[in-house]
Amino acid sequence: MSDIADKVKKIVVEHLGVDESKVTPDASFIDDLGADSLDTVELVMAFEEAFSVEIPEDAAEKIATVKDAIDYIEKQKAA
Amino acid sequence: MSGTATNGRRVVVTGIGVVSPLAVGAELTWKRLIEGQSGIGRITHFDPSDLPAQVAGQVPDGPTAEGGLTLSDWVPVKDQKKMDRFIHLGLAAAIQAVEDSGWKPEDEDDRCATGVMIGSGIGGLQTIYDGSLTVSSGKARRLSPFFIPSALINLISGHLSIRYGFKGPNHAVVTACATGVHAIGDASRLIQHGDADVMIAGGAEAAICSLGIAGFCSARALSTGSNDDPTKASRPWDKDRDGFIMGEGAGVVVLEELEHAKRRGAKIYGEIGGYGMSGDAHHITAPAEGHEGAFRAMKAALRNSGGLTTADIDYVNAHGTSTMADDLELDAVERFFGEDAKRLVMSSTKSAIGHLLGAAGAVEAIFCLQAIRDGVVPPTLNLDNPARESVIDRVAHVAQQRKIDVALSNSFGFGGTNASIILKRFKD
Repeated sequence: MSDIADKVKKIVVEHLGVDESKVTPDASFIDDLGADSLDTVELVMAFEEAFSVEIPEDAAEKIATVKDAIDYIEKQKAA
Repeated sequence: MSGTATNGRRVVVTGIGVVSPLAVGAELTWKRLIEGQSGIGRITHFDPSDLPAQVAGQVPDGPTAEGGLTLSDWVPVKDQKKMDRFIHLGLAAAIQAVEDSGWKPEDEDDRCATGVMIGSGIGGLQTIYDGSLTVSSGKARRLSPFFIPSALINLISGHLSIRYGFKGPNHAVVTACATGVHAIGDASRLIQHGDADVMIAGGAEAAICSLGIAGFCSARALSTGSNDDPTKASRPWDKDRDGFIMGEGAGVVVLEELEHAKRRGAKIYGEIGGYGMSGDAHHITAPAEGHEGAFRAMKAALRNSGGLTTADIDYVNAHGTSTMADDLELDAVERFFGEDAKRLVMSSTKSAIGHLLGAAGAVEAIFCLQAIRDGVVPPTLNLDNPARESVIDRVAHVAQQRKIDVALSNSFGFGGTNASIILKRFKD
């Protein structure tokens, strides 16, 4: 697993208070990890802060799973 | 004007919850209070060295079983950062009260007949402070989406309703230091008028932060002369008093329509015996001459009591904040009770826990119920030399054994808002 994936996972565990084993790549923040719409806003902010990236609102709306987040951030970092 | 449209509906208290500088828990707080313990100490929530007032009544951390605050026992860890501390403390008291009452709505009708009215004087002051730092450092886009719901005063009521499914009236009082009494009084009227059968009501406060202490210091309201001797700082009616001591915490009661309570065999702490309000129309922080607003609030409470007189009232839990206004309240109480003042006892429990602002009136109403139940009057600590003599016994230093059937509690707030509530022994 990449450093980015590790860090994303850690942020998700911390912000949503879920067990690490539940944070699989396909896990949906809302359907599987108990987040509500405000939680996802806060998560995206935490990703922005941790990775020094800007995640515009239209992009943020498409980040529904752990893998979505990792892919988006990796793409930004590679650019 | 006489009486109220109560439809014959009587309101009793069937659950209590307290978070105070003496303990988390209504009974442990009461035990320590009547033992004469003080919950006042040097401020540790932040470094108060730059401020003239450096002592306060802070809720102790520690295991729940020992009366300390273990937040995860009340609020799930993942939700804690979505709420300011005043909501944490309010929920801890409210959950105690609900569990104590044993009330669990079984169906939709029950849920819709159960409401919440828990207020606060100030709300999420620390949250607002932190949020303003985020914005002023150029990070406005990083402001938490939970900033607003963390600071809003009605969010204790909101969170509690979500936790238990209480779908009745959902309300919150904001009347500075009169909040707790107004919440219990107004909520009992909602029950009398049939808007609900059960109301969870009270107040919470957590303003012991740099902004809160600095603000009250600037208003010259806080004691500054006992920073080296914190337990002596709060001294209502004493000639050496020099301002109030900020406290934090929450008080919440479960109010219930009498027949509803009887049907389910609930334990009854006492009955709401009367409730009155007034406004000073005088000054934003100082009471009017002779505290005539307090006089009118007590008079209004008696008017709504269904026939009680001053001769029936055994105990007054005073607003008594340890400021110059203490003697004005004393004037008003003496005038109101007249000859009956001679057999009255009155104490200020703020001497032990400080001034819990929006929570004060609710915590003090609970003390009145406990005094009625146990036949014990809590003491006024540090009343070494009364600034002025009175025929009223102010219970200096030690608690008194005494039968109390009817108690009255006063609360007055900035803005010139006054409220008095009467609690009485339940008799079928």
